[in-house]
Amino acid sequence: MGCGTSIAVENQTRPSETDGSIKQPSPALTIKAAILIQRWYRRYVARLEMRRRYTWNIFQSIEYAGEQDQLQLSSFFSFMLDNFTQINGNGPDLISHLLDSVVDPLTEEVRQLKQEQIVVPESYSGPHLSFPLSVTDTNALLCAFKEEQTLHGKYVLQLLYETKKFLKQMPNVIYLSTSYAKEITICGDLHGSLDDLLLIFYKNGLPSAENPYVFNGDFVDRGKKSTEIIIILFAFLLLYPDHMHLNRGNHEDHIMNLRYGFTREVMQKYKTHGREILQVFQDVFSLLPLATVIDNKVLIVHGGISDKTDLDFLSTVERHKVKSALRVPKRSIDDLSVRACSRSSSRHSGRSRLDSPHTSGRTSRASRRRKKHCTKQGSCSSSSSSSSSSSSSMCSPRVSSRNTPRRPPPSPSLPSPTDVLQVPFLDSFVSLEPPEPPREELEWQQVVDILWSDPKNHNGCSLNAFRGGGCYFGPDVTQTLLQKHGLCLLIRSHECKQEGYELCHNGQVITIFSASNYYEEGSNRGAYIKLGPELVPRFFQYQVSRSTRKLTLHQKVRVAEGSALRALKEKLYAHRSELMAAFQQYDIDNTGRISTSEWAQVVESVLRLDLPWRTLRPRLARLGADGNVEYKSCFEDISLGELIPPVTPNLAETLYRYRTDLEIIFNIIDKDHSGQISIEEFRQTWKLFSSHLGVAVNDQAIDDMARSIDFNKDGSIDFNEFLEAFRVVHKLDVKEQQQG
Amino acid sequence: MADKYNAETIITETQKRISNAFDVFDHESNKTVDVREIGTIIRSLGCFPSEAELHDVIAELEEEEPTGFVRYEKFLPTVTKILLERKFRPIPEDLLLQAFEVLDQQKRGHLEPEELTKYLTQEGEPFTQEEMDEMLSAAVDPDKNVILYKDFISFYWQDGHPEKQTKWSSNNRVDEMGSSDTQTAVAGTSGAAIT
Repeated sequence: MGCGTSIAVENQTRPSETDGSIKQPSPALTIKAAILIQRWYRRYVARLEMRRRYTWNIFQSIEYAGEQDQLQLSSFFSFMLDNFTQINGNGPDLISHLLDSVVDPLTEEVRQLKQEQIVVPESYSGPHLSFPLSVTDTNALLCAFKEEQTLHGKYVLQLLYETKKFLKQMPNVIYLSTSYAKEITICGDLHGSLDDLLLIFYKNGLPSAENPYVFNGDFVDRGKKSTEIIIILFAFLLLYPDHMHLNRGNHEDHIMNLRYGFTREVMQKYKTHGREILQVFQDVFSLLPLATVIDNKVLIVHGGISDKTDLDFLSTVERHKVKSALRVPKRSIDDLSVRACSRSSSRHSGRSRLDSPHTSGRTSRASRRRKKHCTKQGSCSSSSSSSSSSSSSMCSPRVSSRNTPRRPPPSPSLPSPTDVLQVPFLDSFVSLEPPEPPREELEWQQVVDILWSDPKNHNGCSLNAFRGGGCYFGPDVTQTLLQKHGLCLLIRSHECKQEGYELCHNGQVITIFSASNYYEEGSNRGAYIKLGPELVPRFFQYQVSRSTRKLTLHQKVRVAEGSALRALKEKLYAHRSELMAAFQQYDIDNTGRISTSEWAQVVESVLRLDLPWRTLRPRLARLGADGNVEYKSCFEDISLGELIPPVTPNLAETLYRYRTDLEIIFNIIDKDHSGQISIEEFRQTWKLFSSHLGVAVNDQAIDDMARSIDFNKDGSIDFNEFLEAFRVVHKLDVKEQQQG
Repeated sequence: MADKYNAETIITETQKRISNAFDVFDHESNKTVDVREIGTIIRSLGCFPSEAELHDVIAELEEEEPTGFVRYEKFLPTVTKILLERKFRPIPEDLLLQAFEVLDQQKRGHLEPEELTKYLTQEGEPFTQEEMDEMLSAAVDPDKNVILYKDFISFYWQDGHPEKQTKWSSNNRVDEMGSSDTQTAVAGTSGAAIT
């Protein structure tokens, strides 16, 4: 192929001297020229591909790191709940109202009655729903949402109550058959992208008796139209109960929603009824079925499986009790077969806090149990490090959950439950067989595995440290489960794929993802599967696009890459102090420069993102004349906005890093959605949060800051304005815009 | 070169760069990459092999019994050698320009899409239809419907090289060892003519 190396060479003259009458270049020359261009272009494309790949890696790393952070937030809420924080006289009620499945004093009937009494004003121009729903209603909804209208809170509540009633009678695992319809359509994550849902309906038709659908979870969060999507899906669910099926995803979880946008979206769109709506969503989400099985051959779950997954057990689980996968069920003393060690109990007031949920990340079950036992030792000297884990772990700085590497650890064998533990009793030690984990915990485990696991290509089943929940399951685990239940295929979602779908485990596992442009415009396609009685999946891809002209590969990469790099720079900025301290350790002579190696090492260990730092370096930091990295240059591009309260740089950085968390907390405190909280509330919240994080904060600094943000000196803070001050500006972008 | 960069450091740094690039394509994190990505990885490290040359490299990297995967243990030494020897040197901008000019014998300063397509899909190491389409979508001037190759080259030359794009391009030295994309760093090929 191609040309050989020895070709007769013609006399070549410089182009400018070419005789204009020669029309055709010599064949040899043409070939050489062509090869040169081809070589160059292929190299150029390879470079683009590399950029595209690392852009992808960046987005994924940051996304998963963010999910790990989520565990931190939920542990903070646990902390607040358990310590019965009194914030401005609103006790645990304030938090538990949103976080716990507290038994509502009002019964279902009373609540529904109240909701029926809501009056829809004359001025409302959106769609009206009448129950039971008909095709008119679903059409009205689709039209209205295309025109950016909002459904009135009354109807939302009605819809939710009806959905709740309906879902209560559904089993955990739904069995479907293809024999009554031509093909079943299976869609993956939508994440609030209404455009994608509408595109699917446009290409594939609306749900109906002839056109059944399964939506595999993660309908909400991240995208801006989560409410619209969930309303449409629930409406079709009620309209076609036998032909529309929804599986629960890991984002159908009120704690995830707090961080990833659904809660905010609801509160913004529904000022009056938002809180109640969220409360009902919490219940409805936990009532969503966990799995769907087609023709007894194809299993569909949102995340994946583990080596503990058992469909029969799964069918018996009380799924509505698992309101959130992020809250480990508490263990009570009753669960332990020995009520011993009265010595220790005086140390911890009241009930000893046996559960150490997420502050220590996802440790293996058995080691957690061991910790629990050891807490009873209290003053026993033999209780090494583990005894400190009980109540003090609440305030431990965020460490463990971020210690986990991206790559899956080699499959550890989870310690068997038959390990014997030594527990002090009176003056001696008693050998105890650790009790079986209570049923509640086993059920919770089953659910978490289904919602959070990811497939990997090595055999075995290991804890999914990257995500902080669920497992990595290998082809052998898939094979075992499929065989156990006589299945032939596992369809799951949960992971974004560039082509919208991906096969693995020798074709036994399919990942299907339906939110196109998930990370950024042009980042990936979305896809759905059609499955007929022969059970051979057909894939359909699509991509929503804002522009009508097709973007070139180069343009797509450029946009996505720009976005990824911005996100990465923000991360660097958010950890500035830590990074600078580490850089300076290598820079003994204070030259302001360190080697590329050292730079890459520091950044990787501080940010804990497994990315190709050397390849990225040219985009993030500058080299000095001697070829070393001028490490301060990583922070040059970013500056905080103009309007910033006078705070020390360290405080500014901390506030910047946790601004999302703070926003969530403020939103919870701000019961009447006025956008204002009192200075006292602000101070207390910040103190709590920072003590939980283990960040030393000067009280005076907080007071000063609080007072300075109180612009109109009326004792309350507009926290949106406050947070706005901590948005960053990317200076290079600004420059480009100014020049362009 | 500065004293700091003795031979050992160069080798280590090169190997780390190779490792980085390899990792980007190591999707399963098990130190293997799909053999079909080898070309992309090697090219992204700064090499400009022809397809024929690439096939030779791949042949060297594959297992006795081809598995479809290339292991890092084999990849590292082979590619280190390639980079240190500066095999598959970059194409300087002016040489590339000459190549286009050879095809544009009438010296119009542009090429018709059909012409370019004919040359690139029939001559040399032919493009696939996909490759051709992608190049055309980027190269064809939408108003005049021709390829203004000089503009095309200079635009893509800049953009394909982040060092030049950002304000942080180092003027004094090539910051990536062995990846000299700039024409000045490669001895011997600048000012060459296509012969």
